[in-house]
Amino acid sequence: MSATSTNGTAAAKKSGSFSLIKVLLEGRAFFALIAIIIAFSSMSPNYASVGNFLIMANHVAIFGLLAIGMLLVILNGGIDLSVGSVLGLSGVFAGWLMQGVEVGSVIVYPPVWAVVVLTLCVGATVGLVNGILVAFFNVPAFVATLGSLYVARGVGLLMTNGLTYNNLSGDPSLGNTGFDWLGFNRLASVPIGVIIFTVIAVATALLLTRSAFGRWLYASGGNERAAQLSGVPVKRVQVIVYMLSGVCASVAGLVLSSQLTSAGPTAGTTYELTAIAAVVIGGAALTGGRGTVLGTVLGAFVIGFLSDGLVIIGVSAYWQTVFTGAVIVLAVLLNSIQYSGTRRS
Amino acid sequence: MMSPTYEETPTETPDVAEIVLAARHVTKSFGPVMALKGVNFDVHRGHVTTLFGENGAGKSTLMKILSGVQKPTTGKIILDSQPVELGSTTEAQELGICIIHQELSLAPNLTVRDNIFMGREIRGRFGVDFAEEERQVRKLMEELEEDIDPLAKVEDLRLGQQQIVEIARALSVDARILIMDEPTSALSAAEVEVLFKVIHDLKAKGVSIVYISHHLEEALTITDHAVVLRDGTMTAYAPRAEIDLEWIVCNMVGENFDLGSPPTGYDFGAPALSIKGLSVPSHTDGELAVDAMDLDVKAGEIVCIYGLMGAGRTELLECAAGRIKPVAGSVELHGHNVSKLTISDRIQSGLVLVPEDRQRDGLVQTMTVGRNLSLASIQNFTRGLFTSRRQEAEIVEDSIRDVTVKTDGPSAMIGSLSGGNQQKVVIGKMLVTDPSVIMLDEPSRGIDIGAKAEVFRILAERAREGLAVIYTTSEVSECLSIAHRIIVMRRGKISAEFSHDTTKEAIMAASGESLVH
Repeated sequence: MSATSTNGTAAAKKSGSFSLIKVLLEGRAFFALIAIIIAFSSMSPNYASVGNFLIMANHVAIFGLLAIGMLLVILNGGIDLSVGSVLGLSGVFAGWLMQGVEVGSVIVYPPVWAVVVLTLCVGATVGLVNGILVAFFNVPAFVATLGSLYVARGVGLLMTNGLTYNNLSGDPSLGNTGFDWLGFNRLASVPIGVIIFTVIAVATALLLTRSAFGRWLYASGGNERAAQLSGVPVKRVQVIVYMLSGVCASVAGLVLSSQLTSAGPTAGTTYELTAIAAVVIGGAALTGGRGTVLGTVLGAFVIGFLSDGLVIIGVSAYWQTVFTGAVIVLAVLLNSIQYSGTRRS
Repeated sequence: MMSPTYEETPTETPDVAEIVLAARHVTKSFGPVMALKGVNFDVHRGHVTTLFGENGAGKSTLMKILSGVQKPTTGKIILDSQPVELGSTTEAQELGICIIHQELSLAPNLTVRDNIFMGREIRGRFGVDFAEEERQVRKLMEELEEDIDPLAKVEDLRLGQQQIVEIARALSVDARILIMDEPTSALSAAEVEVLFKVIHDLKAKGVSIVYISHHLEEALTITDHAVVLRDGTMTAYAPRAEIDLEWIVCNMVGENFDLGSPPTGYDFGAPALSIKGLSVPSHTDGELAVDAMDLDVKAGEIVCIYGLMGAGRTELLECAAGRIKPVAGSVELHGHNVSKLTISDRIQSGLVLVPEDRQRDGLVQTMTVGRNLSLASIQNFTRGLFTSRRQEAEIVEDSIRDVTVKTDGPSAMIGSLSGGNQQKVVIGKMLVTDPSVIMLDEPSRGIDIGAKAEVFRILAERAREGLAVIYTTSEVSECLSIAHRIIVMRRGKISAEFSHDTTKEAIMAASGESLVH
């Protein structure tokens, strides 16, 4: 037993002397964001203004929402490749409802709240299918969600015949106006998209840190067998996680099509990769069990502020892709340094 | 204590003619856990040296060091009186040292031939010379008197046959020193006899063999020298002529350490757990791992289930806990049938399992000590939507004190704890759910003797308060500690039942341990 206690104090000493490195490592997404803001502010006078920050935050909100759903799935040890397609499908589905639905011989124009609810159901349904495939049929998450990536995208294209719904404003005479409120309005000059993003982020953070479900999620992502033997309903957790990811993607789809007042079937293509990148930059482990909402949100801001900054200072879009890739690799590198360090001690 | 113990303590400079491989002052630590504490070990040239010791005594670790799988923390390895560094298994193999692992290290998707020549394929003119490899495998199988097709996939073989393949692979290397870590655990009696014949032939060829087995009597029939390890130190050493079974058991277990005695002074309550005609399928083949078993445990009673590997103990407990579905029979808790309930429902109604493999099934390595402790009882401190931090902290603090976990605090990572303390966390996690029946599968596996005694003390205390306790073990000494009743399992059935005043020999005989001669 004496061996245990001496080793304990040695470890404590070690962590004391390396605390600065540790702080930098743990807060890396935050420090990266600060560095990005400082760098671009010095290069462009237009970058560091409240107005610009809000515009950039509005961009961040879209894949930030995807990233929060993705975080839940990654915490569970899975991956959800379908979120970009679900985003596109949700926009198309909302647009289709806004154009009126033929029921029998009459055309029904559902009110906007019903459009929103039904669209969220679409995302939840795709997530439910993903979850059931992964949890009960043991299909690898990568393959199951790759399949729904194609199916959801294909359904979106079929519904529109490849075209785009352009008029989503509704008609006062039909009582379905207000859809563009999501994308255009501001509360206290903050865009609604950013507010929705904030609300969902805070709710998810509470879910993860303060609810039994959150604890179940971390446990089953960290060690599914141990969690199951401790009474955690691991299958149910898995299904719910994919459903929540689908719902987040639908919310993002609604906000995006409202911002654009149009819904195209190809919206959100490759966004799933951006979402995964945000989660990884935020410090989550792809093996599951590690990661936070705050980290993911910071990760989303790092990607968004970086690419918008490059646009503002006039760097070619091709370079943006190169930079984003470099940032992702760097983030994963730091992740593996951090986690190999904790395992060794 | 029996006499010839330390008379032949290994000397600093091993005799070259006698000793082919020697370990001197070898230590090995895994984080805070010391697996070996300065071990000296000699391998006799052209003889069988058997290493005895309980689970967690450090046998496998020592063998891994001798075969280059792991490096010692301190100490040296001497081969033919020259100090050597064994950086990898390949280096060890080049020096003529080969190991047959306890856990099978075969690739199940490849054929027998490919497994045997994995990493040292015979080169022909066009890539690998498969025909030559196949011919050699057939010759090996003839030698081992086994009818295994070189082109069969390993995953299609029985466990015993897989072990033969593992042995054949080691033989194909032409090793000078062959280490066999539990080579017979999955073999039939006939296969064991063939293996022993092979060992005799190898000895005649001058090969030195290191042998490890839990079947003590079986090992005694072929060994020339015996070495006993206990808690990472060598406790005894003697040639075959001077020892017997009792000497080994005495030295393995150590007589001085008291693992407790059955708690007395109270009456048992009503039957808490009743297992009726339970049959559980084996996950490896189609046979039954547990065969129509009946077992009643009363409130306050401590029952020990003893049996060899593959006797069906783990399957019995996992089925009772709801992890595997039975093919027949029922599990009743206080007279209510719980066979249809999920694992979490069974935990809620008071039936909990502490699994055998704590790394794989017991702990979530990404979480802290506190979160691991509270994992099974989250409902107890959830109010409405949210968990109560204050209540959780209380539960965790109480639990740490209760099961005496030595830790920097609830926020320490679980990996920073020693094996014994990790095990206490797994037990504590289940105890905070306030169970009425606790089942523990090998609770003493891989923890040191002090922690072992503490675990048993905690269980005995809880039994006095009315908890029904069932634990399994493969160490006879642990049967004769706190258990009121000892059940011996063999091939899925109860082969004998003893009260706590029985003898070690009687228990071992009933388990089938002394059958092979």
